[in-house]
Amino acid sequence: MMPNNFVPSEFIVNVDHQRCRRCKRCILNCGFGVFDFQNMTTADSSKCVACHRCVIFCPEEAITITRNPLAFKEHASWDVRLRKAIWKQAQTPGMILTGMGNELPWLNIFDHLLIDACQVTNPSIDPLREPMELRTYLGRKPEKVSVSNSNDGFEIETPVENNIKIDIPIIFSGMSYGSISLNAQRALAIAAERLGTLMNTGEGGLHNELYPYANNIIVQCASGRFGVHTEYLNAGVAVEIKIGQGAKPGIGGHLPGEKIEREISGTRMIPVGTDAISPAPHHDIYSIEDLRQLIYALKEATGYKPVSVKIATVHNVAAIASGIARAGADIIYLDGFRGGTGASPAIVRDHVGIPIEIAIAVVDKQLRKEGIRNLVSIVAAGGIRQAADVAKAIALGADAVGIGTAALIALGCRLCQKCYTGNCSWGIATQRPELTGRLDPDWGAERLVNLVNSWATELKEILGALGVNAIESLRGNRERLRALGLDSTTMEILDVKPAGR
Amino acid sequence: MNFGDRQGKWVVDEVKVPDACGLSGFINLDGKRIGGEIVRESMSVMRERGNGLGGGYAGYGIYPDFKEHFAFHVMFEDDSGRRICEELLREYTEVEKGEGIPTRQKCEIVDPPILMRYFLLPKREKLESENLEPDDFIVQLVMKINTQVPGSFVFSSGKNMGIFKAVGFPEDVADFYKLESYTGYTWIGHGRFPTNTPGWWGGAHPFNILDWSVVHNGEISSYGINKRYLEMFGYKCTLLTDTEVMAYLFDLLIRRHGLPIEVASKVVAAPFWEEIDQKEEGDKLEESLRMVYGSALVNGPFAVIVGFSRGMFGLNDRVKLRPLVAAVKDETLYVASEEAAIRQICNRPDNIWAPPAGEPVIGRLKGDA
Repeated sequence: MMPNNFVPSEFIVNVDHQRCRRCKRCILNCGFGVFDFQNMTTADSSKCVACHRCVIFCPEEAITITRNPLAFKEHASWDVRLRKAIWKQAQTPGMILTGMGNELPWLNIFDHLLIDACQVTNPSIDPLREPMELRTYLGRKPEKVSVSNSNDGFEIETPVENNIKIDIPIIFSGMSYGSISLNAQRALAIAAERLGTLMNTGEGGLHNELYPYANNIIVQCASGRFGVHTEYLNAGVAVEIKIGQGAKPGIGGHLPGEKIEREISGTRMIPVGTDAISPAPHHDIYSIEDLRQLIYALKEATGYKPVSVKIATVHNVAAIASGIARAGADIIYLDGFRGGTGASPAIVRDHVGIPIEIAIAVVDKQLRKEGIRNLVSIVAAGGIRQAADVAKAIALGADAVGIGTAALIALGCRLCQKCYTGNCSWGIATQRPELTGRLDPDWGAERLVNLVNSWATELKEILGALGVNAIESLRGNRERLRALGLDSTTMEILDVKPAGR
Repeated sequence: MNFGDRQGKWVVDEVKVPDACGLSGFINLDGKRIGGEIVRESMSVMRERGNGLGGGYAGYGIYPDFKEHFAFHVMFEDDSGRRICEELLREYTEVEKGEGIPTRQKCEIVDPPILMRYFLLPKREKLESENLEPDDFIVQLVMKINTQVPGSFVFSSGKNMGIFKAVGFPEDVADFYKLESYTGYTWIGHGRFPTNTPGWWGGAHPFNILDWSVVHNGEISSYGINKRYLEMFGYKCTLLTDTEVMAYLFDLLIRRHGLPIEVASKVVAAPFWEEIDQKEEGDKLEESLRMVYGSALVNGPFAVIVGFSRGMFGLNDRVKLRPLVAAVKDETLYVASEEAAIRQICNRPDNIWAPPAGEPVIGRLKGDA
């Protein structure tokens, strides 16, 4: 009989039996059931996703994982990736599912942008000795302020309200309870509070236990309306309408019923074991005027808290963003085509959308051209990997950035891209109690705080080198960026000069 | 004729030029008019701060005979630009008088452009058809000439005031323009040290729009965003100098948004959050200013002296990275890069001090002056 599976194992798991003391920790730790024990530890390499949980937790360092060295006949056009996809699709007619962000080697524009620094004619500033300000306010701002003159000095006639103060221009992106574990959300919430920034519920509602962190939470209202009720909408500092997600623009979501256990069922307000299906569009938003109605409905429901609208960056993103600003949103959350996901068809994740760098540039430019940049804050996400990306995104025009994948990597994620299986050995993208229990929220929060503080320190170093001491002097300051190795059209779109000019 | 590398393309999208400078300004608060040779004298002791590639002056109260007219000082690369510009002026304005700006032929300044001045008023029907206040009309007209008429550059457009600037040392520029023949209640001088330009007459300071004149020492590290912010309000930064950005920002904040100088200073030289957080609960002014005007924060080293029709002020950046000294003697307020520049023209000041970072030193004409 012909074998059904033509796809060879991607990795080879090797256990050094001389070092192994048969403690079986690897068996316990692997969420994918790679290991077994029959007189000695055995490994089924075909199940391995290279998440390294066993490697990190083996006390004897007895486990090594290598790429399967199996040779494929070279073919520049028929990449091995494509051949494997065809074998899989010939085996079953389903779409190929995947997790995390776009894995194809598209041009990464961030890696082609260089940051300026001061020499002689303007002094750089030493961030260790001088104040270096990262505080950011998200929300709608008036075009100008009116000031009255009294005996006590000058007074503002109408103070700017309804803005969210964040101490660092980095917030955590929406990752729902369901797609990630409650412990992962707890870690994000604790970290957001300690950092003076925000976490985002994603579309899965807000678990009762997280209500105490409300001052650092944006609650999301997505097409499935899971867990949306008055108390929920009022719990956070802002409400986000999720129209789209960078990893899967234009399509909805599907959390399989197997994952809808009691706690998730309660939080999402759906029966245990039913599939949680988010429709591709909001079925009450088929146009920009419909969006406006939902924005104002949410404002009415929350006493006019800021409303954020999250969209995937698609070709016409600038005009869409302009419409969103005019529809009354206070924040536009742009999610680039490298944004992560718990589950997406690979074809969409890898081929739909445009890079966040381009989106920031065209949206900021369009809003300025229309004189409405002050109406909204821009949060840029989907491909922010390091502090340099944060600096470049802000220089291109973002007010702040969102990080999702980077935060999960801090919690142990190895980017194995198997989130959709629910087997995450690190206790992040899973609801299996034996796996989620291993992610200690306080430990996780500590790592997230370290990561973001480290990036903040690096950002301050960049600001100091640029000779500015406030993040608003970098924001939209494309003059301090130069491009290396980008074509002239892309540079024109980014409004960035080539290095040397 | 030598216009440096801007010849034939005065309005170009090229590189921004960093520069450093010496400044001096004074105002007689009684409105008493003083000869231009005094500001020349003050500038002469700061020769080291410039390199001969730009010098200039602003004088206020110098055209009492035409004090209701906008006084345009315009430089032309050649006669063709002049013809187009004059046609434009005739179309949009009533030109009361047009003449060459008097200059001294025998001096250190070489290869001057054609220098003209026009005393004019906007045509009423144009104001009505474009539905603009005279000030905004003039701003648009200046932008139009400077961006659209090749080889023409309006470098002064206020009432009862004028800018005189050139490529050269400040003393030579004063001699060239016969500065001693004018009297004004405010004088501001500037000597320039551009770091990589051959020097263009239009790039010298002061920079002016309407009654606003700015002389500036520093390099604005936030230039890119300041420029883009101003573009939202219709300003076109054509000169690619920091000083132009300064002038437009003050025009926007003070004239168009109606902010007092003290408040506008808190925008361009914003106090730190650490300081703002110590304000009483309910005092939201500075927090709101930073939220709304973050893109107008001028970051990086600067010292400026700004002249306007009824006053003058000096200001440093938020951490005082460039020198600025102020002094008072009787009814005169002095502000300069160096104490020596003040003492050269003011023997025994009543008070002389270094203004702290971000705190404006303001002199306003007395009510009846």
